[in-house]
Amino acid sequence: MSLDAHALDESDHGHDDSPPHGTLQSYLIGFGLSVVLTAIPFWLVMSGVIADKTVAAITIMGFAFVQIIVHVIYFLHVDFKSERGWTIMTFIFTVVILFITLSGSLWVMYHLTSNMAPTPAVMRQMP
Amino acid sequence: MTVLTDTATPGAQAPVFYVADEHEHPEGASTYLGFWIYVMSDCLIFACLFATFGVLGGNYAAGPAPKDVFELPIVAVNTAMLLLSSITYGFAMLAMDRDKTGATLGWLAVTALFGAAFVGIELHEFAGLIHEGATPERSAFLSSFFTLVGTHGLHVTSGLVWMVVLMVQVATKGLVQANKRRLLCLSMFWHFLDVVWIGVFTFVYLLGMLR
Repeated sequence: MSLDAHALDESDHGHDDSPPHGTLQSYLIGFGLSVVLTAIPFWLVMSGVIADKTVAAITIMGFAFVQIIVHVIYFLHVDFKSERGWTIMTFIFTVVILFITLSGSLWVMYHLTSNMAPTPAVMRQMP
Repeated sequence: MTVLTDTATPGAQAPVFYVADEHEHPEGASTYLGFWIYVMSDCLIFACLFATFGVLGGNYAAGPAPKDVFELPIVAVNTAMLLLSSITYGFAMLAMDRDKTGATLGWLAVTALFGAAFVGIELHEFAGLIHEGATPERSAFLSSFFTLVGTHGLHVTSGLVWMVVLMVQVATKGLVQANKRRLLCLSMFWHFLDVVWIGVFTFVYLLGMLR
């Protein structure tokens, strides 16, 4: 019995220590990666290397996605261990809500706009 | 029947499923998770503002489009300021780990300077836009632009105020446990603002120029 209670106590005491906050090496890796991941999309847009705008947009969003992950790992130090997993659980929950809010708003409003009766301004441009 | 009731009486202990007495928590142990949940809820505010910009960002009302008003070199400099402030805040945290008060304060001061430069450049950009007539009330695009980017700028400004307050605290009280905890919370906040800025420069500025 006393052993059981002790084990329960132990597992509950994982939050004495402060959250993890990287080493000099991990900060420098994160910084190096984010400089590269920022510079490339800026260069892509400013020089206009990719002529197809859709391809360029998707490439830039890909770089942003990777850079956000780099920042979350190397600067915000989100991992599976801190706060016994609650940090990453709340993070994943937020990402899900974020995805629903963004994609839902864009989807619904896009359809609302395209199903709307044409305004006089649009009518005038019609053939 | 009697045998069964016998086993459940005094001698045998009932299994324990939970601890009845709350064990002692060290002071501030739950602060990090609580502050992290605040940061995540702040993230949802930005999600709503990004969604608003995504819906309204193309409605120029015959006014200026992103191409007419945005200047990417300024945005690139601004991004560099925020990125540099992130790494210098990291250096401040590393100095704090080694209990070096002077180095921590020094790196915090550098971080605050980069942050102030960011806010200054952004205000300069806003002033330029308003001078050109691209005011928030000009079109839905500009309203949502000023709301999104302005909210981020306000967050950075309040982060700066917080940073100055903590620098005074550390200078007078030293790197005590409570101050370390506050600095770690501000670290989360500061790096989170950098993550939001990645979204801003990608979806507002870079994709705006492609439109």
